[in-house]
Amino acid sequence: MLETFFPILFLVVLAAVIAVVMSSLSVLIGRRSSGKDRGEPYESGVAPKGGTKERIPVKFYMVAILFIIFDIEVIFLYPWAVISDKLGMFGFIEMLVFVIILLVGYFYILGKGALKWD
Amino acid sequence: MDIKSAAIFFDILYPEIFLLAVGMFILVVGNIFKNRTFLAYLALVGLIGALVLTLQQWNAPQSGFYGMVQIDNFSIFFNVIFLSAGIIATLMARDYLRAHNIERFEFYPLILFATVGMMIMASSADLIVIFLGLEIMSIPLYVMAGFFRNDPNSNESSVKYFIMGAFATAFLLYGIALIYGAAGTTDLRRIMTDLGYLVSHSGFFLYSGALLVLIGFGFKVAAVPFHMWVPDVYQGAPTPVTAYFSVAPKAAGFAAILRIFIYGLGGLNELSVIFWILAILTMSVGNLMAIFQTNIKRMLAYSSIAHAGYIMVALSVGGDGAVSAAAFYLLAYTFFNLGGFAIVTLINSRTGSTAAIDEMKGMSVRHPFLAALLALFMFALAGFPPTAGFFGKFYLFSEAVKAGYIWLTVIAVMNSFVSVYYYLRIVVVAYFGKADEEFAPVSFKPAIWLVLVITAAGTLILGLLPQFGLQLAQMCMFSFK
Repeated sequence: MLETFFPILFLVVLAAVIAVVMSSLSVLIGRRSSGKDRGEPYESGVAPKGGTKERIPVKFYMVAILFIIFDIEVIFLYPWAVISDKLGMFGFIEMLVFVIILLVGYFYILGKGALKWD
Repeated sequence: MDIKSAAIFFDILYPEIFLLAVGMFILVVGNIFKNRTFLAYLALVGLIGALVLTLQQWNAPQSGFYGMVQIDNFSIFFNVIFLSAGIIATLMARDYLRAHNIERFEFYPLILFATVGMMIMASSADLIVIFLGLEIMSIPLYVMAGFFRNDPNSNESSVKYFIMGAFATAFLLYGIALIYGAAGTTDLRRIMTDLGYLVSHSGFFLYSGALLVLIGFGFKVAAVPFHMWVPDVYQGAPTPVTAYFSVAPKAAGFAAILRIFIYGLGGLNELSVIFWILAILTMSVGNLMAIFQTNIKRMLAYSSIAHAGYIMVALSVGGDGAVSAAAFYLLAYTFFNLGGFAIVTLINSRTGSTAAIDEMKGMSVRHPFLAALLALFMFALAGFPPTAGFFGKFYLFSEAVKAGYIWLTVIAVMNSFVSVYYYLRIVVVAYFGKADEEFAPVSFKPAIWLVLVITAAGTLILGLLPQFGLQLAQMCMFSFK
């Protein structure tokens, strides 16, 4: 039974070998360089301005979380849409219930004012 | 391909669907109306309605959703425990939340949703559905633990519960994955029928998976050594929530453990030793730590760990008798533990209370009736006759003796003697403690009276007429074997 997992073991070993070989090669034959530009996030890109530890308003967090909920709703809608003709009325009502449950959540957050920006 | 809706049977989930619908209704209505006092009653209507719907399913085992949902007397017995705990916690919570000025209407839907999760856990015969139920239960509980939004202790309680819960869930899922890898299915019935074959062909993965699942549920029912979060979470959470935590999620965890380890994986006899060790560790550590507590909520937290240890005796013994003894114990425990917490809620509703044991001083002078009830619940927790606590322990330990687990029983009985010390200490403080100042009167509301009457009646009825409860518990069987 375990033999069926051999390809996965092979992949794990292969990944480890590639990682070790690549990083040791770069240590062995690569050149060292140092300087101010080495510490930049993009060595040859846009010059950074300001620090990275800025505070981000928590509103973004709210919107991001709410987005995920409706994102998942859409992801569920796609496979249902693909076979909706086979699922028929039963599948349609099931989906409707699912959407209504999310809609209740939507009205709740609207009532709570979670989407008010100020 | 034609998908048959006939194999789904929505009607077996009517209690859950009803609760869910009421919960969502409260969420919408709570946002529309300014006057929200009626929402607690609405939640009670939901819970009582679901209780009625659940009781109608008694003695009519059904299976649906392609065998993933299993309604049998076992699941109904536990669903009644969850719903009763929900009703009692809601009754306690309303006045408490109001006294502390944190009454938000979201509390009631959260209790309803958590109860739905527990009911799904108890009615499921599929590891994945049990996991889904566990998550539906846990997420509302994390929020309820942090209901004092401005109190750092409550926040700590919530975060700790969340992190430990997520940790436990990871163990559980990994275990389920290993069991699936070994068996090729998450359906407990198929695992049970093929168990002999599975053990000989992929026993290592099956055992590893079973142990990881056990660790996951060990966190949920607070078995030692997975109990570290319990005292802090119980102390920081609002008292009615603590009461709910100490009963409902524990019963749900045990429902799932019984279903998985006595039936699904019941053939793995070696696990009995693990339960033996867990039972002794859990009850001993719980009882010994409870002795040193000065806060009632922390003491009751350790006491709830000890009670989980007693129930684990049933898991070690196994078999039908042990299942019904565990179910009977959990029902009895629901009543007397919630009763004890109702009194703590009353004490804790006074301004400036931290629920220290010393706050009980002078109680018998000011409120003799309340002190008598406190004594009743503490005697029941300690396991004295004629309370429900005595018969719960009696049936549990006699099952263990019948199966030949003499040493386990001896250690469990010794533990009960240890527990007498700290339960009776509270009674002694309430009756003989000299108060420096007057015992500040507690404000009785009708709801808390109702809670005290229900819990005291349950404790006494199951203690004086144990045959009735035990007969129900003996009918509480799995529909598949």
